[in-house]
Amino acid sequence: MISARGLGRRFGGKRVLRDLDLVVRDGELLLVTGPNGSGKSTLLALIAGLLAPTEGEIDVDLPRGRIGYLAHEPLVYKELTALENLDLYGRLYHVPERRETIGALLERFGLWEARHQRVGSFSRGMQQRLALCRVLLHGPELLLLDEPHAGLDASAQTLVDDLLAESAGARTLVVASHDPERVSPLATQALALA
Amino acid sequence: MTYFSDVAALARKDILLELRSRDTLPAMLLFVVSALVVFHFSLPSEASETASTGLLWIALLFTALLGLGRAFTAEREQRVLDGLVLAPCDRSAIWLAKSLGVLVFLGVAEAVALPAYALFFEPVGWELVAAVVLADIGLAAVGTLLAAMAAASRARELLLPLLFLPLVIPVIVGGVGATVVDDPARYLGFLALYDLIFAILSWASFEYVVAE
Repeated sequence: MISARGLGRRFGGKRVLRDLDLVVRDGELLLVTGPNGSGKSTLLALIAGLLAPTEGEIDVDLPRGRIGYLAHEPLVYKELTALENLDLYGRLYHVPERRETIGALLERFGLWEARHQRVGSFSRGMQQRLALCRVLLHGPELLLLDEPHAGLDASAQTLVDDLLAESAGARTLVVASHDPERVSPLATQALALA
Repeated sequence: MTYFSDVAALARKDILLELRSRDTLPAMLLFVVSALVVFHFSLPSEASETASTGLLWIALLFTALLGLGRAFTAEREQRVLDGLVLAPCDRSAIWLAKSLGVLVFLGVAEAVALPAYALFFEPVGWELVAAVVLADIGLAAVGTLLAAMAAASRARELLLPLLFLPLVIPVIVGGVGATVVDDPARYLGFLALYDLIFAILSWASFEYVVAE
């Protein structure tokens, strides 16, 4: 469960989030919408524990190894191949049957053929697909997805829709999106940031 | 054992990144050899051994600084550090792995620098080699922690030398001392003690450097 009380975050003199109360129970899907700069990414980073609140408090009753965080950047090394990046994360997350799990994810997201290519040569869409592989690698119980459809072609967007559909109810999800029509049918809560 | 397998995975990644990008090591090698050549021509021929030893340590120190300045470049530019700190491994494993990588790069740079020093200045004795090995551990331990701190700052190019140079003055004192006195044991012991204290401090405090 995620709970926040009076949550706020400042960057220098600029207040990005203010006085936010929030409860997301296990298995719920929270859709976060709002214009650029409204604090969607900041909220996800606060839930992930990458940022500390400057006001209020936030509790996430999961260890950080059970969280999957999809950021704007894929959080992978561009000089390494797709396989090497996932292998590194698989080792750090102590994923059982690592090679099989990585192979299955690469197949699912259409990157198997490109697994030995360096990520620096990937298109934006391929990097986003690799980021989704990274996020799902350790079977997280909480998924934090920041613009999961961004940069993807139609077929890959369908993959994300399928992922959201199969995760809804089985995992807790917080999804920040500029494309709420794709997510809102599955959402159990919506939060519009101004 | 899990901790050390995490460290091994991270260190292997750092070595692989350097082998692919060749961003750091060639620059360190070029710099240290160039510095020794410049010192060779700028030092008067009647200068003492102490003076040339001091210049060697200056060259090694700034070579280390050059390597440390690039230690977290990949993590910073691609925000990969966020991904690493979210992993369930102990965050100090990131510091230890990165320190080991820096240590390897320093070792390679010195494998070139010490023969060059012997060529241009004085023969290299066992006490100089021992002092350099002990100094490297301290430089890598402290420098990696400070490089991580600086990487989070916009003024990183300024911040790293400002933090690093004052903290490694004892390394220079120990290194030069061990090389010029008749009985180097006291200075080598001093370097070992510095390594122990600062490695423990850096290991314990890295968590707070990468967490907000």
